[in-house]
Amino acid sequence: MTTDSAVRTDDTAPLPPLGSTGFLRWLWRQLTSMRTALILLFLLAVVSIPGSMLPQRGTNPLRVDQWIEQNPTTAPVLDALGFFDVYAAPWFAAVYLLLFISLIGCVLPRIGVHLRALRTPPPAAPRNLSRLPAHARFRLDRPPGEVLDDAATLLRSERWRVRTSPGEWVAAEKGYWRETGNLVFHLALVLVLVGIAVGGVLGWRGNVVVREGSGFSNTLTQYDAWGAGRMMSADQLAPFSFTLDDFRVDFERGEAQLGAPRLFEADLTYRAEPGSTPEQTTVQVNEPLVADGAKVFLVGHGYAPRFIVRDSRGSIVFDDTVVFLPQDGNFTSTGVIKIPDAEPSLGFTGLFLPTAALTEELGPHSIFPAPDYPAVFLSAFTGDLGMDSGAPQSVYTLDTSSMEQVGLESLIPGDTWQLPEGLGSIEFVDFDRWASFQIAHDPGKELALLSSVVAMLGLMISLFVRRRRMWVRATATEDGGTLVEVAALGKTEAVDLEPDVVHVAARMQAREEPRGGQA
Amino acid sequence: MTSVQLAEMSNAFVYATMVTLAIAMVAFAASFAAGRRPVAPVVTPVMEGAGGTALLVREEPAESVQPGRRAGNVGMSLTWLATLLLLVGVVLRGVWAGRVPWGNMYEFSITAALGVLAVFLVMSIKRDLRWLGLFVVIPTLLWLGLAVTVLYTEAAQLVPALKSYWLVIHVSAAIVCFGAFTFAAATASLAIARGRVESRQGTTDVMGWAARLPTRERLERLTNVVVAFSFPLWTFAVVAGAIWAENAWGRYWGWDPKETWAFITWVVFAAYLHARSTAGWRGNRASWIAIAGWISFLINYYGVNFFANSLHSYAGV
Ligand code: HEM
Repeated sequence: MTTDSAVRTDDTAPLPPLGSTGFLRWLWRQLTSMRTALILLFLLAVVSIPGSMLPQRGTNPLRVDQWIEQNPTTAPVLDALGFFDVYAAPWFAAVYLLLFISLIGCVLPRIGVHLRALRTPPPAAPRNLSRLPAHARFRLDRPPGEVLDDAATLLRSERWRVRTSPGEWVAAEKGYWRETGNLVFHLALVLVLVGIAVGGVLGWRGNVVVREGSGFSNTLTQYDAWGAGRMMSADQLAPFSFTLDDFRVDFERGEAQLGAPRLFEADLTYRAEPGSTPEQTTVQVNEPLVADGAKVFLVGHGYAPRFIVRDSRGSIVFDDTVVFLPQDGNFTSTGVIKIPDAEPSLGFTGLFLPTAALTEELGPHSIFPAPDYPAVFLSAFTGDLGMDSGAPQSVYTLDTSSMEQVGLESLIPGDTWQLPEGLGSIEFVDFDRWASFQIAHDPGKELALLSSVVAMLGLMISLFVRRRRMWVRATATEDGGTLVEVAALGKTEAVDLEPDVVHVAARMQAREEPRGGQA
Repeated sequence: MTSVQLAEMSNAFVYATMVTLAIAMVAFAASFAAGRRPVAPVVTPVMEGAGGTALLVREEPAESVQPGRRAGNVGMSLTWLATLLLLVGVVLRGVWAGRVPWGNMYEFSITAALGVLAVFLVMSIKRDLRWLGLFVVIPTLLWLGLAVTVLYTEAAQLVPALKSYWLVIHVSAAIVCFGAFTFAAATASLAIARGRVESRQGTTDVMGWAARLPTRERLERLTNVVVAFSFPLWTFAVVAGAIWAENAWGRYWGWDPKETWAFITWVVFAAYLHARSTAGWRGNRASWIAIAGWISFLINYYGVNFFANSLHSYAGV
């Protein structure tokens, strides 16, 4: 097999020359050699592996923290080396950036070479055609000149590039698209990377939990989690908003995969901007809402029990639903209620169990994700909630370090628990659901998609088009006929040349036949 | 027909496939043991007498010099039969479940086995692949055995994230790729084995068991043809998966373990294609890379479904 002249395939690299420009040139050559590309590709595969074995901050920060806690000796080292954020680590970036520099350095010169090749006629016929991998020889009655003209016409009509040497041979070449496709493929890969980078720099993504009946408007403060590219500022956010009217969910009740989710969908009332006409839509998994360039995806859901709390004075100090976060597949959920304004301050930690069960070893837990037998288990605290210190606090945890536990109780909807010591009461009224949404805007994704499609087209052309050359030589025989030789050579490997040779030879003979019949 | 009957029939067809494949395996083994591989058809350009027009006479070796040929034919016919049986089994499974038959690992496994057999048979239409039969049938049998014993699951509905036509496109492409990568791994392994024998005996005209195989050179080319066909398809499968992920989770690429291993598989096969055009890498090293690519596909399938905490862990085992 042959490779293009711009591609160096030398296996043993020469020693670097002395002198700085010579050395730089040598370095560049090494970097853009096919062997380096191969090694860098391999390296890219290898450095991708740890990120699939260890939990990653980008996808699962909670599990990273757990992992670090459980492996106190190895974790700090791994952390310092970036193993919990592999795909943002400098060594990972180094590999793919080197690969892409190599790619550009390799592909750009090949464009020039290819453009020249496109304008160069096929090479002259080799002396001994019978040495080529596919070869045929036969005799025709007509003189060589006519035979060759015929051959040239035939080859041209089948879109070969043809060069003739009158009276001697015809040379033809085909399959230039292969290299074109290959170059397009490699360049399109660069554009895919550009698309990814644009998304990383200009895109943003946030997560928000919305309870049934409440709303969301697209401003930074409303998000529970938020991440944006370097060049994206929060005041560029589109001013849309929506309310979650209803959330439906359904779980498998059959024996196989009991409890697996089967459906969830959210009915939203959407406004493109404040004051514009509201629209009703339904968001499902795989069917996001497109909101002003951003997309609203339904990614999770859970329960939000409603409580009414009265304090020692008997006045209602809390009347709302509280988001409880699911901890397992059966939606055993945890949550907290903080009421600094009660007299005295009250705090509750609790479990919400959609289908409650209580066992010796597991304690209270849920055995099915749907609310077949809902219950809450609450723990009441009084004392300093620690909310005055000014330090930001999570709404999902209660700092009980300076609080006193006053009791434990389990409640089903409608139950009221009279707190001990006349501290007040808490009523578990009923429950709503909440849905969590990921809202994302990625301005690079169209470019990434478009370039991947182009890359695929280029790749297919590159792999399926065969570049090959063919020669037809005509030699006059003593009886006025012609000895014809047809031979072909592949420019890339695994080219099955025989069909081409057979085809051309057969067509040339077929042209002879009517004439032979008349003679 | 009741749904229980459908399920039982699907299972019966899968078992029938395994029995048929087992017999095919015996036939292929017998063919392999019988002696030399049939000599590849030779094309000899022959000039017939002056004025003649015939050319390129194809010489087929005589039937009698090919011991084991009949057993090989029996093996091929049984493989066709087994593939049809498996096709029926897979279709019935899909009818029973009322959806595409790859909602869990059991279903994916039987469909993937169908992919392996189908790729082998399609490739065998234009080539004599009786020598390869043994090396395709054995892993397929193991694969199916694993599916019916360890992975078997009752059919259930898909989790919502999997209800997407992109899933259908993505997974069907992946299944064909799996068949092709398995084929390529088999021919690459045989190329390595045959290469050993060739260099030990110092000739490409070897004696012994490896004589049944094509030359190392031809095996490597065959591997290359199959990878060159499946690499664009795998690229497509990965892109389709990214489109699906974008629709389901709001990002087209998130380095989830499943995505990561799909990427690794892709990169390894890109490395294979590069190795095929790099001096010093074209031979054994390229074959090893093809095998590594197939292994990374398997890791993606088994390792990630069982062990990793992945959004894609819908295995249902
Ligand atoms: C992101 C990294 C890269 C990927 C994924 C990639 C992928 C591929 C693939 C799949 C092919 C097969 C197509 C064919 O055989 O025509 C190929 C061919 C080729 N690549 Fe790359 N490539 C990468 C980087 C590079 C670099 C850095 C170079 C420069 C040294 C390079 C040079 C070539 C050449 C010369 C061919 C043609 C080989 C032939 O004619 O068979 N590639 N590449």
